[in-house]
This record gives sequence, C-alpha cells and structure tokens, in this order.
Amino acid sequence: MKILVTIKQVSSLDEDFEIREDGRDVDPDFLLHDLNEWDNYSLEEAMRLKEGPGGDGIEVVVATVGPDSTDEELRKCLAKGADRAIRVWSDELEECDAIGVSRVLAALARKEAPDLIFAGVQASDHAFGATGMAMAGLLGLPHAAVVAALEYEPGGKTAMVRRELEGGTYASVRIDCPAVLTLQLGINTPRYASLRGIKQAAQRPIELLDPASLGMPSDEIGAAGSLSRVRRMYVPEKGRAQMIAGTPAEQAARLAQIIKEFRGEA
Amino acid sequence: MSGILVVGEHRKGELRPVTGELIGAAVALKAATGEPVRVAVIGEAPERYAEALKLEGVDEILTVQAVVDAFDPEIYEASVRALIAAREPSLVLLPHTIDTLGYAAPLVAGDGHGFATDVFGIARDADGWVATRAGYGQKVNVEVDFPGRETVVLTVRPGAYKPVENAGAPSVAAIAAPTVTPRSQHLGFEEPAGSDDVDIPGSEFILSIGRGVGEEDNVEQFKELADAAGATLGCSRPIADSGWLPKARQVGQSGKTAASCKLYIAMGISGSVQHMAGMKHVDTIVAVNTDPEASIFTIARYGVVGDIFEIGQELRNHL
Repeated sequence: MKILVTIKQVSSLDEDFEIREDGRDVDPDFLLHDLNEWDNYSLEEAMRLKEGPGGDGIEVVVATVGPDSTDEELRKCLAKGADRAIRVWSDELEECDAIGVSRVLAALARKEAPDLIFAGVQASDHAFGATGMAMAGLLGLPHAAVVAALEYEPGGKTAMVRRELEGGTYASVRIDCPAVLTLQLGINTPRYASLRGIKQAAQRPIELLDPASLGMPSDEIGAAGSLSRVRRMYVPEKGRAQMIAGTPAEQAARLAQIIKEFRGEA
Repeated sequence: MSGILVVGEHRKGELRPVTGELIGAAVALKAATGEPVRVAVIGEAPERYAEALKLEGVDEILTVQAVVDAFDPEIYEASVRALIAAREPSLVLLPHTIDTLGYAAPLVAGDGHGFATDVFGIARDADGWVATRAGYGQKVNVEVDFPGRETVVLTVRPGAYKPVENAGAPSVAAIAAPTVTPRSQHLGFEEPAGSDDVDIPGSEFILSIGRGVGEEDNVEQFKELADAAGATLGCSRPIADSGWLPKARQVGQSGKTAASCKLYIAMGISGSVQHMAGMKHVDTIVAVNTDPEASIFTIARYGVVGDIFEIGQELRNHL
C-alpha cells in the first residue's frame, strides 16, 4: 500500500523586512524557509504505520508544490525514511492560493493512487488550513480534519480517528478508506534524521513534474485555479506592551511588584 | 446573488458562542450594504436552535435536517451547498473552527466560490467583498479579494466580532435536506483522561510556560515559582504535546480558556493565535520572552525581553 504525505516549505520573516514593490507580498530576499512544523508529524505518522505491524509493504511518498528551493524540505523527509519524493512546479504556480495548490496535489494524487493521504492541519506561515481538505473534496474521498490520534491496520477498509475539537474535547470517528486526513501537532513525536540518513538523502533523486504532465487543464493552474487574490499586504498597527527595562534583577523586582499589587499587598 | 448567509455551529446540543459573533459580523455588514441576513442551522432537530438565533438584524432563519446532530463533514458540505442554491447569497460566513476546517474547503474547491479563511476584517467596495486575514505568522495583514466570484465564502476568526444580544423576530423556513451517505461515522465525544485537579478556567492568577523552557527537567522550577507566587501553572501547546504537563493545564483554543484570570504571566511563550485565543482578554498580561518581536508583546500590558530562567530566579528572591 501507499501513503502520500503532502508537505509545504513555509516562509517566515527576517527581523527586518520590506514589502515588495507591487505591495502584494514581502520581498523574497527577506524570507527564511523551513519545513512546515505540522508536516514533521504527518511524515512521522506515515513512518509509524510503515514500521508498525503489517507495515512492511507500505511505500511512503512525500510530495510538494514549489520551486527548486523546496527540494531541501523533501530531502529532510527522505532523510527520515520516506521512500520517494515528488515536486511539482511551473512558473504559473507562483500565483496559487491554497486551493490552487490543492488542485495540483489532487492531480498528483490521481496519478499516484495512494491508499491514505496525510497533510498538516495548516501551515505555520499563512495558516489557511485548507489545502488538505480541499484536495479531499476534489478527489471525492472521505476526509477528517484535525486528527490527533489514528488507529489503522495497513490494508484496512476503515480507520479510527480522534478529532481534536476546541476546549480540550475530542470526537471519535470511524472513517472509510482511502481517506484524506489532516494531522494535528502532538499526534506523535517526530524523529530526528540520522547523519547517515541526511547523507544518503542528498544523493537520492527527486521526481520533478509540471501541471501539464499531470494532465491539468489550464483553467485550473495557478491564479486561474485559485479562489482568492491578494490585493495588498501591509504591516498592521499593533499594540505594544509597556517594556520593563533594566537588569534581570530590576526587571524581576518590577514583576514582583505587579504580582504583589494583584495580591493586594502593595 | 444577494444576502449574507451565516451557518451556525453547535456541539452537544448547544449553540457555540462563535455563532452569535458571526451574526454580529453579518448584521454590521447589513448596516453597511443593506444585504439581508439569513442564519442557517443544520442538525437532527434543527428547530431547537432556532429560538436562540432570533436576534436583532436577522431576517430569516433556515433549518436543515440531518440524520445526526453531531458534525459530519459530508452532511455539512451538502447542506451548505443546498442553502447556497436556495438563497443565492453573495457572502457566506462560517466560523473558523475545527468543524468548519473539515468541510468548507471541499465545498468551495468543488463549486468555485471565492474563499478565504481565518478572516478578521470584511468590507465591500467597488471590487466586491474584501477580506482581511494575517500572514507570515501574524506579522502582516493581507487583504484579499475575489474577482469574478458571485458567492464568497469566508471563515471568520472566533473572537473577532461582538455577538448580537438583542432579540429580533425573523421568519423561519426549512430547507430540504440533501441525501447524503456519510462515509465517516461520529462515535462519540471524549474529554481527555489523566487531568490533574488543576482549574485553569477558575484561576485568577496564571503563570504559563511555553517552548522557552527548553526541556522537561526545567518544568519543575517554574512549578515552584508558580507555587511561590500563588499562581496556577499553565502552559502552551508544545508543553502539553510533549507530555511535560497534563493537557488540562494547556491554555488556548484546543485547551482551556483563562476565563476568570486577572493576571497572566507568560514565560517563554511566543504567542500563537491559538494560545492567545485562550488568554488575550485577560486584563493584565505580562510576557517574558527573549525575542523582542514575539507576538505575545502585541497583546501584553507589560513586556520583559529577557531570559526566563534568569528572570525566574531573580523573581524567587522577591516571593
């Protein structure tokens, strides 16, 4: 059987940054990249099934939509034990929103025909929380969002999932497979890659595809396949705490005073 | 296409507060645009929720009967699709909640509606509906529009709008329930086991720790600090996920809300949206963090840029 794990290279802002000239995004020179935090958990969950009872025959495929630089994140997954890595890209995909990305991943999933698809609940940069579930909708597959525990026997027709709700409540759900699940932080404890794994991953091939080779019609690619358009990006006026300056001892003294005021002692 | 459709959310037989907030957002937009407001509720006996939804500014309540009362993504998707077909709204407001994450994206991806999530600002201008959300870890705001889309679906951040309190007299109509054979089955709700006797919602003074504590062995000294200060020890998600403190101590969207808290000291917590959802209402928030750009400083009253271990040790000398 096959598990498809979709991942994202996320961007965070450097301490100082500038908005791009067209005002619609941050100048890419000021972006730092990493693998989305959630995706470590998705990959780990796939590896857990692969290494668990009956998991011998499981192939773990990681896939992403992104430019060359994204290979780095795919290699992190290969280093942790993923069997194959696929990257889909073409310049038109630059203008994708989350739904635009999900169309590409759905086209790839049709080609790969996995038995399970895992995606992170959301990405740490833009937090749409939409890509995995939109992919499920496009594929017409059963789906569950924000899964905090999974029980699945490889080859099984159903899986048991625990959805994490607000306020510390969980919902237990039985779901037909193949299914698309978005996985929550804390579902497992992600491993670290071994040095050997990292060295080997550097030599492994990454399969490169473009939307045309996946048979995507042009009206589904990039901006045309997206459901929103960024008009403007700006730094909002934000509240700012009153900063307590001084040495640690002085800062702590002021903090103690705040505590004592609260207790009615000062 | 006209009108604003709000889809309410309920759990275990009770409407969730975010429903009232969405109605607040819709009614404010009605004042600005003149678009009528319709509020839908989907459930096994949806009429039971109708009375509580009769709020000022609401023009019509729509009920859709479902085979189960608990959330199912495919039932909700089909029901909201039927509601959109029946009333042809230009704007649909859903709560940005766990349940909505399960069905909003599949709905819009299939039907091609305009779509944005976790929105906290909505307006309409010459380009149509415009939504504001955050990007790059809440560091920037992003204004998005939806060219060429007749219907726009937005998921709205809980806590972003004030609920409507006054009663109104809307009409009530039932919308025929679509036939769905769900491929997943809700088996029941669970509360996490293994909670100790801590009462985050009832505590007036909470000292919370986050990723900044670094490792499990460091938790104890903050437990002692909290005890010495007379505070309840809370934590952010990574601490509970790592099993360093029980889930019952987690403050935030998926944990507990610091409902009675008056003084909240956040140590080594950078301030995710999810954490802040559980404590940003607190009157006096003090944040201690090594990163002067940490989001938590945007909602704190007092900030200390510094090492939580150093500050913690110094603080012990005063308590």
